[in-house]
Amino acid sequence: MSDGQRLLEIKDLRISFSVGEDTVRAVNGVSLTLDRGEALGVVGESGCGKSVTFSSVMGLLPSPPAVIEGEIVFDGRDVTKLSDRQMRRVRGKDIAMIFQEPMRSLNPVMRIGNQIVEALLLHGAVSRGQVWTRALELLKLVEVPDAPSRLHCYPHQLSGGLRQRIMIAMALASQPRILLADEPTTALDVTIQAQILELLKRVQRETGMSIVIITHDLGVVADIVDNVAVFYAGVIVEKADKYSLFRSPMHPYTIGLLNCIPTLQTKRKRLYVIEGNIPDPARLPIGCAFSPRCAYATERCLTEKPETRECAPGHFCACHLAGQIDPLNP
Amino acid sequence: MEAILKNKFFVIGGGIVLIISLLVLFAPLLTSYDYGAVDLPNKQLPPGAEHIMGTDLYGRDVWCRIIYGGRVSLTVALGSTAVALVVGTMLGALSGYVRGTLDFVLDRVNDVLMAFPMLLFSLVIGVVLGSSMKNMFLSIGIPIIPMFYRIARATAMSVGGRSYVLAARAMGGGRMRVILRHIIPNVLPHTLVILSSAIGGAILAEASLGFLGFGIPQPTPSWGLIANDGKTYMFSHPWTTAFAGAFIALTILGFNLLGDGLRDWLDPKIRTAAKR
Amino acid sequence: MAEPFIRIENLTKRFSISAGKRIRKTGFTAVNNVSLNIERGEVFGLVGESGCGKSTLSLLVLRLLEANGGAVYHGDTNILELPRRKMRRIRRDMQIVFQDPYDSLDPRFTLERIMNEPLQIHRWGTGAEREARIDELFAAVSLDKQQLKRYPHQLSGGQRQRLCIARSLALSPGFLVCDEAVSALDVSIQAQILNLLLDLKDEFGLTYLFISHNLAVVKFVSDRIGVMYFGKIVELADTDELFDNVLHPYTAALLSAVPDPDPFSEKKRDILPSGVPSLIDPPGGCAFHPRCKYAGERCARESPELRDAGRGHLVACHRLEC
Repeated sequence: MSDGQRLLEIKDLRISFSVGEDTVRAVNGVSLTLDRGEALGVVGESGCGKSVTFSSVMGLLPSPPAVIEGEIVFDGRDVTKLSDRQMRRVRGKDIAMIFQEPMRSLNPVMRIGNQIVEALLLHGAVSRGQVWTRALELLKLVEVPDAPSRLHCYPHQLSGGLRQRIMIAMALASQPRILLADEPTTALDVTIQAQILELLKRVQRETGMSIVIITHDLGVVADIVDNVAVFYAGVIVEKADKYSLFRSPMHPYTIGLLNCIPTLQTKRKRLYVIEGNIPDPARLPIGCAFSPRCAYATERCLTEKPETRECAPGHFCACHLAGQIDPLNP
Repeated sequence: MEAILKNKFFVIGGGIVLIISLLVLFAPLLTSYDYGAVDLPNKQLPPGAEHIMGTDLYGRDVWCRIIYGGRVSLTVALGSTAVALVVGTMLGALSGYVRGTLDFVLDRVNDVLMAFPMLLFSLVIGVVLGSSMKNMFLSIGIPIIPMFYRIARATAMSVGGRSYVLAARAMGGGRMRVILRHIIPNVLPHTLVILSSAIGGAILAEASLGFLGFGIPQPTPSWGLIANDGKTYMFSHPWTTAFAGAFIALTILGFNLLGDGLRDWLDPKIRTAAKR
Repeated sequence: MAEPFIRIENLTKRFSISAGKRIRKTGFTAVNNVSLNIERGEVFGLVGESGCGKSTLSLLVLRLLEANGGAVYHGDTNILELPRRKMRRIRRDMQIVFQDPYDSLDPRFTLERIMNEPLQIHRWGTGAEREARIDELFAAVSLDKQQLKRYPHQLSGGQRQRLCIARSLALSPGFLVCDEAVSALDVSIQAQILNLLLDLKDEFGLTYLFISHNLAVVKFVSDRIGVMYFGKIVELADTDELFDNVLHPYTAALLSAVPDPDPFSEKKRDILPSGVPSLIDPPGGCAFHPRCKYAGERCARESPELRDAGRGHLVACHRLEC
């Protein structure tokens, strides 16, 4: 059995879809743990399987058509084996999720207040008499200015940043144990993005819940999480606490990602580049999925899939050459 | 292409349309009668070995008249829908892309067209123009222009906002070039989707006009006219009207099913969803 | 000083919108009296958040949208006054790459037809010459000419953006507007395209107007940068000068909000209060004053002019005038 700290454990998760004659392998053996109070960053580019993995944690992947193998153990129960009815009790209550585009997740013809109240009543978190007080508390928690008057607004009357705050408030309504945030700031302006990240950090600290931030932006992750998992082509290529990941990345993909993003500190005249394109998930390479784009790939990389190894304490990497590449000078 | 053959609507609808088209096309091979030959002694016979669908008020063979009449009905339906498709798509594309005053005027004209009951509108045009095959194209075609116009306009509006249209303008492409090369080709699939059900509608319109007595002049048969011929004795000798009606209904059903099948297949949303 | 290549003077664009069912027309000014010069051979970066008018500005500069006032000089011709025929000729020299490469390519065209379109419009060369030109362009952006018979949806996002760039260069323009040209791409692809754009600039002697919301990207590519807020340029300077000596409080806030992919940096966030002003009902005076911690009584009353604070560093802020 897992120790008391462990809240979520994903064991060798594999998810595929068949599309015509092709089989799209979206997730290819992901193992991951999340402790109580942990803030985990999940980083990867489009199609790397990061969103699919966590949609399956939420039970949001209809199966069929998706073929899901492996285990997702939440609080001692494998959620892949739960019935729809049981899953509904977990989803939204124990595990809540917020998305990139808050406008799509809010009901456009319902007032904000009613939507929050509905979320509160749905999970039976508070009694009917208390519900409006609690809704107001939630809005204050997510720092919505003049909260009482906002309860009467419709979603379109609010700015993108405020809508995302409302979404966070609704997600917090059931006092979830895990908050999954899928690209929570991608659709927002930088100045607003900074506010929302600050808010997520504070709320997580105050409530002690676990949080998973799914993003393509390493900058977002560096700020508020404890640990980072880097996804590529449906596998976790590297996982470590953020300090050791950023200071001594081991996987050539992580190293490439860290070097190819222009930052305010970038001095060089040309960016480091990861050549080539993201692989087609229906036609993955036989060996390491990153090998066709990897500057260091050897014969072995092309034919043999690398196992995930603990290369330094708490630092996991799936690469035959882990530890042999200079992260500063790729 | 294989995928569309798995679509039940498409296969059944297409089958009906195909069979009726073949009957109509090979009409001379399928009957030895003359559709105009009056044979009063043998009038109003029930279906039998001699006349499989019986004879009408003047003793003319109903089966013969129906398959020949189908030529007229289908030609009128196809011709009038073609008129509506071309005019509706062009005007809709123009209106939706150019916007402004032109769009305002065309859209109001369209509102007016849609406000008239379709059949009444056809009747008025028919009466003004006189009855001939070409005029039938117009009198049935014009009232269904709005079907195509509305879809073309809405699609052109969204296509007009796409960056590739902006890019074509940035290259120096003129308005006509953009409309012909980018807007219309991207609007056409959307209007083609409703083509089939529009044909069904046109068949119905022709039949209704014929039944009311405003159609292609006698003795050329059309399904509407044949149904009209049997009208007076519809209760004592229902065969003529019943068989004509059945053909009308079956053909419309065929075109509508075909249209549904095509729409499922062509609709980019459904198609990309299947791809993902 | 050499004659600027592109000179924008007092450019203004107002949009009118009808509010709901009532036909009460309101409007807003998307680009408000913007003036700036772009020198030949430089990368001029324009940065700002959504709704600040930067994309509208790019459309105005290329006259894909008609301005309400002001002028855009290409050399010494004001293109906003050109008749249609002459405008068409000048378009050969001014091209644009958009944010979403998929949206920029007609899904019904093959790559070959896409590449031929600009050449056909301007009746450029013979069939064989066009073919040679397309080969040349494909080589320049590293696309495989085996793919010419394919359709855009068969390409990856990065390849599509390469195609858009190749098409925009077909007529050998001198000036290229990149409107969020890398924003929709995956990070690993973004670096490829940024390097490509810089290589092409040297190879073909291009001048860029590079528009983005991403300050780090703009800093990386640009020689000079203009910061836009609410339809106006609030600060404009050489890249190094701008980052060494930030003068406008909005630029400072923008800078501090950029997420830094370095967990060790103990950067202090200077978090702006929310409440981006409404476009339709703008605040009086300086548009930034409701969010500005330095705002004084004068800021609410009077809109600051863009002034030179030395070394060609322009800024529109009352704080720096006294």
